[in-house]
Amino acid sequence: MDYIKKIFNSSSLLVPLVSILLGLLTGAIVMWFGGYDPIAAYSSLVSRLFSSPYNMGEAVRSITPLIFTGIAVAFAFRTGLFNIGVEGQFMMGMTGATLVGVLLDLPWFIHAPLAVVTGAVFGGLWAAIAGYLKAARGVNEVISAIMLNWIALFLSNFIVVKFLVMEGQQKSHPIKESAMLKIDWLVQALNSARMHWGTLVAIVCIVLFYIILWRTKIGYEMRAVGLNPEAAHYAGMNVKSTMVKSMFISGVFAGLGGVFEMLGVFGYQTVMAATWGYGFDGIAVALLGGNTPIGVFLGAILFGGLNYGSAGMSFGADVPPEVVRIVIGSIIFFVASHGIVKWILKPFLRKRANNRKEAA
Amino acid sequence: MDRSKPVVQLKGITKRFGNFVANDAINLELKKGEIHALLGENGAGKSTLMNILFGLYQPEEGEIWINGEKTVIEGASKAIELGIGMVHQHFKLVQPFTVAENIVLGNEPTKGMKIDYKFANNKVREISERYRLKVDPQVRIKDITVGMQQRVEILKTLYRGAEIVIFDEPTAVLTVQEIEELIEIIRSLAAEGKSIIIITHKLKEVMALADTVTVIRRGRVIRTLGIEETNENQLAELMVGRDVTFKVDKHKQEPGDVVLAVDNLQMKGDQDKHAVNGLSFNVRAGEVLGIAGVDGNGQSELIYGITGMRHVSAGSIKLNGHDMTNRTPREVSVSGVGHIPEDRHKHGLVLDFSVSENMILGSYFDKEFGRAGFIDYKAMDELAKKLVDEFDVRSSGIDVAARSLSGGNQQKAIIAREMHKDPDLLIAVQPTRGLDIGAIEYVHKRIVEARNAGKAILLVSFELDELYALSDRIVVMYEGRLMGEVDVENRDDQQLGLLMSGNQAGEKG
Repeated sequence: MDYIKKIFNSSSLLVPLVSILLGLLTGAIVMWFGGYDPIAAYSSLVSRLFSSPYNMGEAVRSITPLIFTGIAVAFAFRTGLFNIGVEGQFMMGMTGATLVGVLLDLPWFIHAPLAVVTGAVFGGLWAAIAGYLKAARGVNEVISAIMLNWIALFLSNFIVVKFLVMEGQQKSHPIKESAMLKIDWLVQALNSARMHWGTLVAIVCIVLFYIILWRTKIGYEMRAVGLNPEAAHYAGMNVKSTMVKSMFISGVFAGLGGVFEMLGVFGYQTVMAATWGYGFDGIAVALLGGNTPIGVFLGAILFGGLNYGSAGMSFGADVPPEVVRIVIGSIIFFVASHGIVKWILKPFLRKRANNRKEAA
Repeated sequence: MDRSKPVVQLKGITKRFGNFVANDAINLELKKGEIHALLGENGAGKSTLMNILFGLYQPEEGEIWINGEKTVIEGASKAIELGIGMVHQHFKLVQPFTVAENIVLGNEPTKGMKIDYKFANNKVREISERYRLKVDPQVRIKDITVGMQQRVEILKTLYRGAEIVIFDEPTAVLTVQEIEELIEIIRSLAAEGKSIIIITHKLKEVMALADTVTVIRRGRVIRTLGIEETNENQLAELMVGRDVTFKVDKHKQEPGDVVLAVDNLQMKGDQDKHAVNGLSFNVRAGEVLGIAGVDGNGQSELIYGITGMRHVSAGSIKLNGHDMTNRTPREVSVSGVGHIPEDRHKHGLVLDFSVSENMILGSYFDKEFGRAGFIDYKAMDELAKKLVDEFDVRSSGIDVAARSLSGGNQQKAIIAREMHKDPDLLIAVQPTRGLDIGAIEYVHKRIVEARNAGKAILLVSFELDELYALSDRIVVMYEGRLMGEVDVENRDDQQLGLLMSGNQAGEKG
């Protein structure tokens, strides 16, 4: 009993859960004002997720990149950095993988791993630029990362158009089969839902996220630098290089997200007008998950599921799927302003405390 | 003015936090124009009691009487209305605002829609002249010294019409000179008929300043005494609950070889002027070299230079004969230097790390704590358990954040970590700042033990008592230079004071 009480008293779990409920409630109110039936909408959202093997598989596909971007943001947070540039690192990861996947011709056991590593390193180096600028020149990583997001978008477009483009089209040549990482038997089993090895890698990365930060020396340094750079300096750590390393690792996670969108899902890269937003959703996932490995995993499942299920709302209840963005937005709002959540909870908690007092 | 009339009466005040009783049936009486010291160790319940009087906490039991009337103080604004002002230990000032803007904040004089700054400036000037608190109302807070900032806090309470002023540990952040000035200010406030309560754990100040002293221990009033009927030793005993020895057991011993040799050291400060300007000295094994001086005369920079935390522009630092000039903090540390830093929150600890994690802050890279890039957290916990036992670091466990420890226990944890390195040279900067008597006694004991064990110790302190109690030699630092050495055997505060203010020893008298 004490244990359960502890979980609920520690706002770590209570606030996200209540925020999710409040977010869904806000979405419901918006739908109700718009003359829609929120209950029908939500039930068709859920039923889409579980309606068929294909939909379940595709839901997993849309969750996977959020796991990558979520841990990228959470990792940086844990080391005292706000990596808002995950979006750009994701793009660079895509581009790196596509470059190797399209231009090279290698046996599969070299080609695919090389494409993955190249994309990961592209993402890592892109993040390390922001890390280096902060360490060496004191440039705020938020500012530089936002600018790097735009540079990444247009640099990627440039690379696609210049080196990879198919005649007369706005997209690259297809990535060679030898570099693709789909799980063919699973794709067939789930009625050609786009399943790929990236999901497994994402789960491995969650474990890595934990191991690096809480089991290794470099992770100890990164956390120390993040929590108190002055004390880290006093303890003889190299604060600047640690910062760059932190950003690099965060960028690798982000880059891997982009890699598997290319090698596992699409198989070609298009010229884009805007970035995909997985990186920004990653901030939301990290925030909801409290920057913990498990939390990020669950947060990615929630947001990925909501996103994918939202299409079901328009089929089932004729509700525009954009309503789900309102739900996600409100969840983030409530998580970020946990003061409001606690304020809303106050009467309930007090009542409980009173009951306890009377019982005693 | 009727000086015998009580302005504040606290009757049977009890305050609980969960199962913890912070204040247990406390009675206190403050007379008009009286300076009343509230003496107790950290965590004794002094601040809780004063927060109750200032309306920040509500007592579970007991009554508050102000000017002979029973009142309920439901918040700070009610307290201010009743003429109670509080000068907090950590100042609550807006750094980029001017002195006057800070003072009128929350109670601004207005002219139409605008704040009447002219009126504010004049009003502030008027009050500051009346109470001889010299402050320029138009300078910005960030440009003035800590002592000045405290005056602004005092002025703020006076501007709001305080008749009862509570000072929470007012001298914790001040230099020797500033403390003397503060004592004058408080005296003149009392002479004007203000009633003063001072929360403190410093016996000297109580004796120098207070009319009456109430000793609190573990939430209870132990005794209330007139200052003329008591002395420092009695107060210390009442406060700690046992006999306290001020004298550290230090026998004479011949120092050994030179461990630290600093030669003609020069360092740049923040404003590009010389913070350390041609400094030379030696520290030998088995001796404590004390560096005296007013804060800000290059002591911090000197220590940063020796420990490799800041660049040295000229001169040399030798450790056991090896050149250690401009080495990294890691190199300095592993070659046998322990460092108890000046600011334990800024440098000494990662506050959000657990006690265990802090214990390996300077040694996590050792083989002892794992191989192949991994940290052996079991070995870490074992070491932490051992050190926590050995150095009596009290916390609810080695897994709790260092933040949750009291200041004394945080300092003990740092000392444990630095001593465990078994350094040849131990640098201790302000090692007892903000600690209570029990903890000070302990830290002093440990430092002398290290000295007796043949370690070289470099002590930087602003507390003269500490310097005299621990040092074998004392040198005085002023504007980045050494002004000379003073005799430890024959204490002469006046000579020391002259040196600390930049007068050469020869100029005296």
